[in-house]
Amino acid sequence: MKEIIIDGNSYKFDPGQTVLEVARGNDIDIPTLCYSEHLSITGACRMCLVENKENGSLETACTLPARDGLEVETDNDKIYDARKTVLDLILSDHPMTCMTCEANGDCQLQDLAYQFDIEESSYGSKKEDRFELEERNSFIVYDPDKCILCGKCVRADSELQCSDAIEFSERGFKTKVAAAFDEGLGGEDSSCVFCGLCVENCPTAALSYKPARKKGREYELRKQRTTCGYCGVGCQVELNIKGNEVIKVDSVYDDTAPNPDGEMCVKGRFAYGFIDSPDRLKYPLIKKDGEFVESSWDEALDYIADNLSRIRDEHGGREIGALSSARCTNEENYIMQKFMRAVMKTNSVEHCARL
Amino acid sequence: MKEYTAIKELPYYEELDFYKKQKRIVLQNCGLIDPEKIDDYIEKKGYQAAAKAITQMKSKEIIEEVKKSGLRGRGGGGFPTGLKWQFAKDAEGEKKYIVCNADEGDPGAFMDRSLLEGDPHKLLEGMMIAAYAIDADEGYIYVRAEYPLAIRRLKKAISQAEELGLLGENIFGTEFNFKIHIKEGAGAFVCGEETALMASIEGKRGTPTSRPPYPAQSGLWGKPTNINNVETYANIPFIIDNGAEEFNKFGTENSSGTKVFALTGKIKNTGLVEVPMGLSLRDIIYDIGGGITDDKGFKAVQTGGPSGGCIPAEQLDLKIDYDSLKEIGAMMGSGGMVVMDEDTCMVDVARFFLTFTQSESCGKCTPCRLGTKRMLEILERITEGEGKKGDIEKLEQLGKVIKEASLCGLGQTAPNPVLTTIKYFRDEYEAHINDKKCPAGQCDALKGSYVIDEDHCIGCGQCKTVCPADAITGKKQKAHTIDPEACISCGACAEVCPVNAISN
Ligand SMILES: Cc1cc2nc3c(=O)[nH]c(=O)nc-3n(C[C@H](O)[C@H](O)[C@H](O)COP(=O)(O)O)c2cc1C
Ligand code: FES
Repeated sequence: MKEIIIDGNSYKFDPGQTVLEVARGNDIDIPTLCYSEHLSITGACRMCLVENKENGSLETACTLPARDGLEVETDNDKIYDARKTVLDLILSDHPMTCMTCEANGDCQLQDLAYQFDIEESSYGSKKEDRFELEERNSFIVYDPDKCILCGKCVRADSELQCSDAIEFSERGFKTKVAAAFDEGLGGEDSSCVFCGLCVENCPTAALSYKPARKKGREYELRKQRTTCGYCGVGCQVELNIKGNEVIKVDSVYDDTAPNPDGEMCVKGRFAYGFIDSPDRLKYPLIKKDGEFVESSWDEALDYIADNLSRIRDEHGGREIGALSSARCTNEENYIMQKFMRAVMKTNSVEHCARL
Repeated sequence: MKEYTAIKELPYYEELDFYKKQKRIVLQNCGLIDPEKIDDYIEKKGYQAAAKAITQMKSKEIIEEVKKSGLRGRGGGGFPTGLKWQFAKDAEGEKKYIVCNADEGDPGAFMDRSLLEGDPHKLLEGMMIAAYAIDADEGYIYVRAEYPLAIRRLKKAISQAEELGLLGENIFGTEFNFKIHIKEGAGAFVCGEETALMASIEGKRGTPTSRPPYPAQSGLWGKPTNINNVETYANIPFIIDNGAEEFNKFGTENSSGTKVFALTGKIKNTGLVEVPMGLSLRDIIYDIGGGITDDKGFKAVQTGGPSGGCIPAEQLDLKIDYDSLKEIGAMMGSGGMVVMDEDTCMVDVARFFLTFTQSESCGKCTPCRLGTKRMLEILERITEGEGKKGDIEKLEQLGKVIKEASLCGLGQTAPNPVLTTIKYFRDEYEAHINDKKCPAGQCDALKGSYVIDEDHCIGCGQCKTVCPADAITGKKQKAHTIDPEACISCGACAEVCPVNAISN
């Protein structure tokens, strides 16, 4: 059996696993910033450094393949110094605005600063913004000054959403993430579909949901998992609610869901405004004397049943047709056509997805 | 007749001090043949090694020979070439690639350029042999776009070789096929790093990726790939032609053969030199290089390009090879050698080199992107007279972490000039920080105010006229004086003084 040694203990591993995966699988803590189990691995942030005991070199646990007999240490002075220096450097280029930041309480950088006890970077704080805030669209705000260039947004966009709408631009210290021709996500040449997966993957508040800004932070929000109502796929989503208002919609990560890596479309992510809309229909309406009038469900259903039966009996089923919605499930659509054929005696059934 | 006797007395190349200690294997034909004529190359036994390898040798034999030669990569890393070929040969895959790294991004380095421009067929021959040895049928030369002549000559060489059937299908009537493409780099230093280079060939952003997997397992378009430097390939024809034993006669035990260096800086004879490994720095600088310009004192030599190390006078007798350089914190790199004289400020030198690596950092990994930036800020402060206690220790600590924690060779070596200058010239750093003095007198902000030597001053008043700060007073024919408070240390007075009575 193949085994690797982590901090003096032997662990079994599956072929293809990295040291980070083996460690995490065994509750050994290794800090990460650019790693995500849903994305390809780049080894960019260098937070996950561990020491390879074969030659004393520091290597990134997220990229280091486990192999038989490999011995690593995940916690010693050298590793701590390197990780803390990396963090210290990131914080030297990060605005110290946690007080008003959207991500306060939900920020991996903040958590690590807490863990490593860095109140302020030893190189001094970032005093002036180096970039312009990017918010020329209705949904997503990008603040490059808060960006730590972990690249998760770029990978999520390219590997999960397959939009390739964003990439790194410039290089070195000037690097930032940008949409085509730096025209913003809503720009003419942008292929962004506003799925929000980039925001979802951002470890800081470099990316945030525009409609949710200033409406509450992580610890104020109640979470409710639900199924997206927009189509029949059945994506799992997480409503974030404050009081009785939906503030934003986060991803759910569940291997059994149809969207296991938190994938969503613009509607599931952003089109929740109807929930609290004053125009929203709450009761059935029946037109009486040319005006819609609120009615009870019983009354409405009776009205439909009576009239459908009457039309069928007086004019025949062929005078009736039905159009169903992609927002219904397969089963509901099935019932609809079955009902129309068997009970209403018509073959005129149609579905909006064919339009 | 008189003229004839004079010509007779002209020395041969080998008799010139500049050439006496050199041994030319790689540059053998450079300057002696017309690089645009394949016949010239063939006349110098060109393509005979390829013919021998492809028609008479098995790939295993070739790899064995290269291994025996002890040839190590001339691109900087010094990895044993034969072993690298072995990995690529052993890697499974129908399709394999050969890549030549001709990105040569080190400022002031032009070893590869000279070869590409002076003897392009030698590179093609080396690549052919490598391709045959690892079963590749396609090759790329990644050459920087700033070398238009090299690109033109390479293109010409490739088409000439194709015309003669030396590239293409069924080479030398065998089953072996090989074609070569040229890919022009777009001026990023980091694209010389092998994984970034291959990403760039693929049309992606030129940033390095983590290894493993190594190119030999998964390189260009995920296929097993062998990548070597220009000079590395250029050594191959000699090894195959003359055998590993002959090659081993040059160099040291662990670093065989020769190395081309680009000798620049404060040295009398600048230019490319090809010397057997194991020669001492003193041999190169004094015997070949002719010593320091204006016979000033030697202070240090920077080897290995912008991320190499500064070697002080105590180490002049160091026998240069891969391991000895590494041991003292420097490196072979691609072969840059910048000589510095006593007037050089070592803090400023460190700042200068780091400015280059910092601006060439691709930005992918944190320690290199932000670490080099912060190091540079500290160095700038020090040279501007704003150094603080603890700066040296901070540079040392940060430099160590950047080296250990960075993703690619750029970050892993970028702090070298800083760390080696601190190691060997710590007193200069201390003088800048504690005494606010630049011992070499180079850092403008630390130049003290100028003073006039009263015994020498003839009272001509020229200094008074040029002083932009009206800091000089004195009567005609009488010694003048400079008000240190008003002096802005511009040095204009010292420049005009006819009797050199002004100094700082
Ligand atoms: C930042 C950086 C720049 C490099 N630039 C070059 C270069 O210009 N030319 C080169 O041959 N190798 C360069 N290298 C080394 C290559 O990554 C690689 O090791 C080399 O091409 C392998 O060939 P060799 O084994 O023949 O030396 C560079 C490495 C780094 C980290
Ligand atoms: S988590 Fe491994 S390098 Fe970022």
